[in-house]
Amino acid sequence: MIRFLKKHDIKWNIGMGLLVLLALFLLLGFVYHPYTTTQMDASAKLAGPELKHWFGTDNFGRDIYARVQEGLRTSVVIAFFATLIGTVGGTVIGAFTGYYGSYIDDVVMRIMDVLFAIPSILLALVFVSLSNSGMVNIIIALGISVIPSFAKMIRTEYKEQRKLEYVQAAKIMGASDLRIMFVHILPNVLPTLINCVLIAFNNCILAEAGLSYLGIGVQPPTASLGGMISDGQAYLKAAPHYVLFPGIVMMLLLLGFGLISDGDMKTNLLKRK
Amino acid sequence: MGKYVLKKIAALILTLLAVSFVVFFLFSVIPGDPAVSKLGTNATPEKVEALREQMGLNAPFFVRYFKWLFGILHGDFGTSYAYSMPVTKLIGSKIPINAVLSLFAILIVAAFSVPIGVYTAKHKDGPADRIIMVLNQIFMAFPPFLLGLLLTFFFGIVLKLFSPGSYVGYDVNFGRFLGYMICPAIALAIPKTAMCIKLLRTNILEEAKKDYAKTAYSKGNNTTGLLYKYVLKNAIMPTITFVGMIFADMIASGIVIEQTFGIPGLGRSLLSAISVRDYPVVEAIIMLIAFGIVFVSALTDIIHAALDPRVRGE
Repeated sequence: MIRFLKKHDIKWNIGMGLLVLLALFLLLGFVYHPYTTTQMDASAKLAGPELKHWFGTDNFGRDIYARVQEGLRTSVVIAFFATLIGTVGGTVIGAFTGYYGSYIDDVVMRIMDVLFAIPSILLALVFVSLSNSGMVNIIIALGISVIPSFAKMIRTEYKEQRKLEYVQAAKIMGASDLRIMFVHILPNVLPTLINCVLIAFNNCILAEAGLSYLGIGVQPPTASLGGMISDGQAYLKAAPHYVLFPGIVMMLLLLGFGLISDGDMKTNLLKRK
Repeated sequence: MGKYVLKKIAALILTLLAVSFVVFFLFSVIPGDPAVSKLGTNATPEKVEALREQMGLNAPFFVRYFKWLFGILHGDFGTSYAYSMPVTKLIGSKIPINAVLSLFAILIVAAFSVPIGVYTAKHKDGPADRIIMVLNQIFMAFPPFLLGLLLTFFFGIVLKLFSPGSYVGYDVNFGRFLGYMICPAIALAIPKTAMCIKLLRTNILEEAKKDYAKTAYSKGNNTTGLLYKYVLKNAIMPTITFVGMIFADMIASGIVIEQTFGIPGLGRSLLSAISVRDYPVVEAIIMLIAFGIVFVSALTDIIHAALDPRVRGE
């Protein structure tokens, strides 16, 4: 255990610890769930944290503990699939443009520049709100919006790797371009890829939170962290816990991923040196 | 330098043209007929057809696109579907709100990140550096709207320094408008300041290892003077580019922050336009935002080149 912890940067360890904590919190929901997410308790509206309701209740008397768990789950699921789309799309685009270079590279990168000029949350906002805000649409919109930054990073890596000797060797041995790209080069750009994935995941969680805060994300009655914060804003004075708990959970999640991506980068740099 | 600036301006115009095409294309392939949504689903097909003709929706795509583009070049963004008035009139008065908010936030970022970045780099691994770096990591993880709520809670409800929701228009009382903008700007600026501090600290430490810094130090320069006079000049370059990049983020987060503080800016117009499918307004706001972002990014590139001859020396 200690050897495992020592293998990584301290930031990585703390970040992982936070994520494990959140995972345990989610698991706890399967074991201990006295209330459902939509069950209303008319006698305890906006009640503060107590033994009956660990995180208190909201303005409808719904259990915040249960709703925060559901919100966390939704955020993670959306961010996971959106990152998946971004990773696959970005890696493929980055690999082709970086490996082949020349005019394909120029054209695709110009298009990416154009997409870059429109902030991703804005892109997602317009896309989601005009095509009905289902979970699948949010995932697609966020996924597409992270592709450009992904493609840019991967492209730079491929451009460098392309010149190296092992690629030349594979070429001489008759390996096809596709094989070189995805069997030979891909493992070598993995550190960059993992870092991109972590950053993209973080951005997706942030964007999803922003969307649901604006009321365009997951629709009620399904709970989302951003949505809860937005609802709780009106009761900031009377019931600060309404905003506090979803806020803390969201922050821990973002902090955890931020620390891991930071620590991961450091570990990789050390390994390279 | 002149050639570089011209090149940047050309690239800016090309990017904006491409953005305008993408935006217009997206909104013309989106399902849903604006004429139907304006008249309601009970309208007769003849009425819908007449309105489509009147709104110019029946013309071929490229004719509509160039008409729209030509209008923009003359400062005319078309007519709002929902309010039947020029889009320019609807959103023109909102632009200063967002411009002030973003500028304010950028100023805060610049004012705090440079001294703190230099300080932490100078006292690397000291107690202050460690504390600031931990705080940095935490602040970077904050979504701006959550920070906005926290600020509202502390300054508005606990300390009662400002009253949340008491927005004053800039045309009513400019001083009070600026006063109200402080909190949202801080909320926008804090995560970015944290990122800038980190970037600057890393770059300064990188630069300070180089030979010229060592030479200057061995010649008897004191550390602070050295940092500000030589090292910062080189280390601040990536930060300038970074500030250009975060401007895009600022505008996007600004849309969200507006809701937190109840500011009737472009974000609110955008949200309400989207909900009633008022495409001309949505298109105009996206174009404005894209223009702002591309303009600032070109501007930072030019500043970068003006400060660093190596960039323009290609």
